[in-house]
Amino acid sequence: MDIVVCVKQVPEVTDAELEVAKDGTQIITEDLEFDINEWDNYAVEEAVRIKEAFGGKVTVITVGNEDSEDVLRQALAMGANEAIRVDEEGFDLSDARGIARGIFQGVRDMSFDLLFTGAQSSDYGWGQVGLILAELLDLPYASLVVGIEIADTKLVALRELESNTQEKVELPLPAVLTIQTGLNSPRYVSIMGIQKARKIGIKETGFDGLGLSEEEIGPKGSSVDSQLLSIPPAGEGAEILTGTIEEISEKAAQIIRDKGGAL
Amino acid sequence: MMGEILVLAEQRGGELRDITFEMLTLANGLGKEHGLTVTALFLGHGASDLAHKLTRACDTVLVMDNPELANYDADHYLIAMDEVIKDRMPFLTMVGNTAMGMDIVPALAARLSLPLVTDCVEVSIAEGRLEILRQIYGGKINAKLTMKPSDRYLISLRTGSFDAEAEQAKSGSLENVPAPSWTKLRGRKFLTYLEAELEDVDIGSADILVSIGRGIGKPENIPLAQEFADSIGATLSCSRPVADEQWLPKSRQVGTSGKTVRPRLYIALGISGAYQHQAGMKNSDTIIAVNTDPKAPIFNIAHYGMVADMFEVMPKLTEKFAEK
Repeated sequence: MDIVVCVKQVPEVTDAELEVAKDGTQIITEDLEFDINEWDNYAVEEAVRIKEAFGGKVTVITVGNEDSEDVLRQALAMGANEAIRVDEEGFDLSDARGIARGIFQGVRDMSFDLLFTGAQSSDYGWGQVGLILAELLDLPYASLVVGIEIADTKLVALRELESNTQEKVELPLPAVLTIQTGLNSPRYVSIMGIQKARKIGIKETGFDGLGLSEEEIGPKGSSVDSQLLSIPPAGEGAEILTGTIEEISEKAAQIIRDKGGAL
Repeated sequence: MMGEILVLAEQRGGELRDITFEMLTLANGLGKEHGLTVTALFLGHGASDLAHKLTRACDTVLVMDNPELANYDADHYLIAMDEVIKDRMPFLTMVGNTAMGMDIVPALAARLSLPLVTDCVEVSIAEGRLEILRQIYGGKINAKLTMKPSDRYLISLRTGSFDAEAEQAKSGSLENVPAPSWTKLRGRKFLTYLEAELEDVDIGSADILVSIGRGIGKPENIPLAQEFADSIGATLSCSRPVADEQWLPKSRQVGTSGKTVRPRLYIALGISGAYQHQAGMKNSDTIIAVNTDPKAPIFNIAHYGMVADMFEVMPKLTEKFAEK
C-alpha cells in the first residue's frame, strides 16, 4: 500500500495574539511558532499505520520554503519513507487551486494506492486542495474522513457529518481521502527522532521542474484578485470581570449562584 | 441583468437542512439588489414534499428526481451539477460549507473551471464582482477579498451566517429537469448513515455545563474540571480538541459535528471559540468564558468574560462551592 500525504507548515495561532502587516496582505509571523497543520498530522499518522499493517511506503510532499522541511522531517520521523519539497517560489499568492496544481505536477507520475491531505488547514482554511487533486488525478475521493477500513482493492471510509452522524462510503483504490482530526492518536516524535530523519534526503523540485505556466499558479492562477486582512472588530461581546483572581472568582461565583449553580 | 443565482438545496434523512434556507436568504437579498433570479436546485428521489417546501423562498425550484440521488453521493452530485450549471450558466452558484458542500465544491470548481471561494461569511456584489468576507486563523483574522472578474462564480457559505427563518414572500414554480446519463462515475458508493450511540450522559439535557477546551492541556487535568463541575452541580462537556485527543468521549463534544446545547448556564474554560463550537452553544441562556487570550473569539458571544488562567480560576471556584 503506497501512500502519498500532502502536508503544510502553519503558524501556531491558538494562544498567540495576532497582528496584521501594514499592507494588510498577511499576518506578522516573526514571533510565531510553526508546526505541521493539525489535520495533516493525523493524515501522516494514518498513512504510517496503514503502511505498518499492509507494507508499502509513505511519501510526504509539501509546497513551501526551506523552513517547511521541518514538517517533512517530522513526518519522516513518524515513519514516512520519502519526502518531496516543492519550492514555494512562484506560488506566492496562490489560492488552493495553485497549490493543488503544484502538488499534482509533483505526484502525477508516481504510482500510489492512496493520497491523503488534511481536510483543511488551520491558517486559511480553504479546505480545497484534496478534492481539486482528486479531480486533476481523475480519482474517487471522500472528504472529512474519520475512519478507514481497507479490503483488497477497495476501502470503506467513514465521513464525519453534522450532529454526531457519520456516513459510510465505499471507494475503489486508488483514491484520495481528506482526513478529519480525531481519527487516530498521532505518535509523538522526539527531537532525536527528527535528528535521525535528517539522514533521509528530501527531494526538491520547483516551478521550473514542474512544467507549470505562470497562469496556473500564484496571483494569476487564483480566484482571488485582492485580499485585505484585519483583526475582527470586537463585537458587543462579554462583560469582562475585572480585579484580582480572588475578586473575579467571587464575581463569577455570584453569577453561578444567580443562575442556579450548586443548588 | 446578470441572470441567476443557483442554490444547491441540502437534505438528509427526509429533511431540508437549515443551510438551504440560510443560502436562500442571502440569495434573495442579492437578487433583489442586483436584479438576479433565485433558483433552488433539488437533487433527490421521491421527495416532492421537500422540493415543494422550497417554493416559499425562491423563484424557481429545479427538481432532478432520480433513484441515484436518493442519498448524497459525490459522483452523482458532481455530474448532476455539472449538467445544470453548463445548461443554465448561473452567475453565482451557492453550496453550503457543510459536510456535503465541502465534499463537492472544490471538485466542481476544478471540473468546470469556476472561480471558487469557500467558507464565506458575508457576500456582496460590486461592479459585477463578488466581494467576500471570510474568517481565517481560527476566527482571529478577517479576510475581505475581491474575486477576479468572471461571468460565473461558485461559493460555499458558512452555516449560521444568515437567518434560515427569514420570510421570503416568494412562491416559486417547480420545474423538472431530467437526470443526465451517469457516465464518468468513479465508483464511490454510499453505504449507510451511522448515528452515534447514546452514552452515559446526555449533555443536551443538562441545566449547567462546564465545558473544557484545548486549554485543559493534558488528560491528568480532567479531574480538576470534573471536581469543579461537581461542586456546582454541572455536567462536564468539551470542545473538539478534547474529544479528538480522546480525553473525553465524543458524546461530550459540543459543536457542529457533536451536540447542540442550550443550557441555563454554560461555562467555557480554555475554549477559544471556533465557529463550529459557537454554533453548538451560542444560544445558551448565560455564557461565562475563561481564557488567557483576551482576543479569543469566545468572548464575542459570552455574556461574562474572565481573562485568566483556568487553572487559577477552577480551584478558587471549586473551593467556594465545596465548602458550603
